[in-house]
Amino acid sequence: MQPSAPQTPDFRPIIAEFVDVHRHYVMGENVVKALNGVSMQVRKGDYLAIMGRSGSGKSTMLNILGGLDRPTTGEYRVGGRDVSKLDDDALSDVRGQEIGFIFQSFNLIQQLTVLENLEVPLFYQGRVGAESRQKAEYLAERVGLGGRLEHKPMELSGGQQQRVAIARALMNDPLFLLADEATGNLDSNTEQEILNLFDDLRPDGVTIVIVTHNPKVAERADFTLWLKDGQVEKLVDNRTAERDAARAAGASASGGHS
Amino acid sequence: MISDMMRMIRLGLKSLMLHKLRSTLTTAGILFGVASVIAMLAVGEGASEETLKRFRDMGVTNVLVRSKKPDETQQTSSSSMMSILGYGLLYPEADRIQNLLPQSKVVRVREFNRGIIHGENWSSTMIVGTEVDFLDVTNMKVKEGRWLTELDMVTQGNVCVIGESLARTLFPLSNPIGMTLLIGIEDRFQVVGVLDYQGRAAGPNGTTLDECAFIPLSSSRRRFGDTIRNTSTNRFEAIELHEIKVKLPSSAEVEGAANVLRAMLAPAHAPKGDIEITVPLELLREEEKQEAMFNLVLAVIASISLLVGGIGIMNVMLATVTERTREIGIRRALGAKKKHIIQQFLVEAGVLSALGGLAGVGLGYIVPKLITHFFHQNTIVLWIHVLLAFCISAAVGVVFGIYPAWRAANMDPVEALRHE
Repeated sequence: MQPSAPQTPDFRPIIAEFVDVHRHYVMGENVVKALNGVSMQVRKGDYLAIMGRSGSGKSTMLNILGGLDRPTTGEYRVGGRDVSKLDDDALSDVRGQEIGFIFQSFNLIQQLTVLENLEVPLFYQGRVGAESRQKAEYLAERVGLGGRLEHKPMELSGGQQQRVAIARALMNDPLFLLADEATGNLDSNTEQEILNLFDDLRPDGVTIVIVTHNPKVAERADFTLWLKDGQVEKLVDNRTAERDAARAAGASASGGHS
Repeated sequence: MISDMMRMIRLGLKSLMLHKLRSTLTTAGILFGVASVIAMLAVGEGASEETLKRFRDMGVTNVLVRSKKPDETQQTSSSSMMSILGYGLLYPEADRIQNLLPQSKVVRVREFNRGIIHGENWSSTMIVGTEVDFLDVTNMKVKEGRWLTELDMVTQGNVCVIGESLARTLFPLSNPIGMTLLIGIEDRFQVVGVLDYQGRAAGPNGTTLDECAFIPLSSSRRRFGDTIRNTSTNRFEAIELHEIKVKLPSSAEVEGAANVLRAMLAPAHAPKGDIEITVPLELLREEEKQEAMFNLVLAVIASISLLVGGIGIMNVMLATVTERTREIGIRRALGAKKKHIIQQFLVEAGVLSALGGLAGVGLGYIVPKLITHFFHQNTIVLWIHVLLAFCISAAVGVVFGIYPAWRAANMDPVEALRHE
C-alpha cells in the first residue's frame, strides 16, 4: 500500500481557459445548444485530448479554442486575456500569434512549396525574412523533413505532409498546438509516428490540445476531457489510469505467481 | 513593404499558374482591349498629325490671303474665247495691308506654270515670283548658295532659287549653283541657291515647295506679265498676285489681324468671291479640337473591349475564389485578416490584368506598324497613350477584382475550412 502522493498546487500558467462557455446556434425556431456551460483549463505543458461522440460539441469547442468562432456567452481566455469579444482582426491576430493549427487533412496550400507553407503564418504577422527561413529550416529538421523545403505538398506522403503542418503550427511559437483529428487520414504506423513526434516535442515545452474520437490517440495524452451533450462529462487523468492498469496487470501477474 | 508586395505578386503568379489555360484566356481579354486602345489612338493620332503638320507648315503666326478663281457659272454666257477673266489680289492691296499692319511682314506671291530646261533635263513646274521675306515667312532654309536679295528685286535680276527636288531633277550629277536655266522658252535664269528639303504637303496649286523655282517678283512681272493662259479652258486670266502672306510678330495677334484683313478686303472681293483668307492657327486649333474629340470616341470604343476583359477577370476570379474556399479557410486559420485575403485576390486580379496589359502594349505597338505597312495609313504611337492603356488595364483588374476578393474575405472561416 503506497501512500498517495500529496496534492501539490499546480503553478504552471493557464494558457487557455473556458469559463462557463455557451455556444448556441439559432436554427429557424430552434436553438441548438452546442456548448452548454463548459469550463476547463489548459496549463502550459499540458497534453489534453478532447473526446466525445459526434454531436457532443467537440467541433464547436475546437472552433472556439482555435479562435474561429466565439462563445455566445461565457469567456474564452487565451494567455489570460478574454478573446471572446474581440473583433475579426484582433481574433485573427490571436490565431496567428497564439495558436498553432493542425488539421485532419493537413491543409497545406498546394501551389506553395514546403518552405512557403511554413512561412504563411509569419507572413500575416509581417515577419517573413531571413530569420523565418532559418526557423523553417530548423523546424523542418525538427519534425524530420530536413532537405524537403522546396518540395510541393503533392510530392510528399500523408505523414510527411502532416509533419509539415506540425512544423507550420510551430512557426509562430504558439501558446498551444490545436490538433483536429491530426491522425485521422493516416494509417496506424504513420499515426504512431505522428503521436511519437508530439511526445518528442513536449520536452520543448509545447502544449498540445488534440480533438479526436479515436481512444488510441486520446490515451497518449495526459488527460482526456469527455464531452457529452455540450457539457463536460468527465476529465480522466490517463497517467493514473495507465498506472492503475499497469498496477492491475502487475497484481494479476504477481497473483499468478503466488 | 516592397518585399512583401513582391512576395504577394510572386505567390499570386503561382496561384494563377494552377490554371494556365484559364489564366491565359482571361489575360487575352485584357490583351486585346489594351492593344485596340493603343492601336486606335495611334491611327487617330497619325491621321490628324498629317493635317496638323500641314497647318503648322503654313505658319501659326501667318495669315494667308489667296486669290481664288471665282465661280464661273455666272460668266459662262458672257465670256467668249478671247475675253480675259480678271480676278484676285492686286499689288496696291499688299501695300494697304502693310500700312494697316505695320508690325507684320507682308510677302507678295505670284505663281505660274512653265517648263524649265537645263541641258537634257527638264521639268514642268511651278515658278514662284516672290520677295525677300518669303523665306522667313514660310520658315524655309537655304541649303546651298543664297536666297533672293533686295538687289535682285530692284534690278529685276534673272536669278532663281530652286527647291531640292527640282535641283535633283535638273542637276542629277552637277552642282546647280551658277548654272543657267531656261524658264519657258526664252528666259534664262541663273541658279543662285538651292533650298533645304522640306517634305511638306503640296500647296493649293498642287506642287510641293521642293519642286518649285523661286524668282524675284519684279522679274516675274516684267518677264511674264500678269496674264495667264489657262490651258484647260483656253482662256486668258489676268491676275496680279496669287497670294499675300502676312506674318504677324506673335500668334496672339493672328486673330485680330485676320479680322482686320477680312474687313479690309471684303468690299472689293466679297461680291466676286475671288479671295480666300486662311488662318493656319485657327485651322490648327479646330483640328486639335476635332482630334481630341476623335480620340475620345476611339478611346471609349476601345475601352468597351477592356470592359469586356474586366468582366472576364471578374468571372475567373469568382471561380477562383470558390475553388480555393478551403485555402481561404486555411489562411484565415493561420492568422490572415480579411484585408490580407482581399489583398491576395486583388493582387492576383491585378497581376492577371497587368500581364494582359503588358502583352497588349506589345501587340498595340506592333499593330499600328502593320496598319502603316499594309494600308499606308500614317500611325503614331504616343508613349502617353501606351501608359494610359496599361494603367487602365491594371485598374480594370483591380476594380473587377474587388467583388470576388470581398466575397473571399467575408467567408466564414469555419465554413471555408469544411469546404471540400
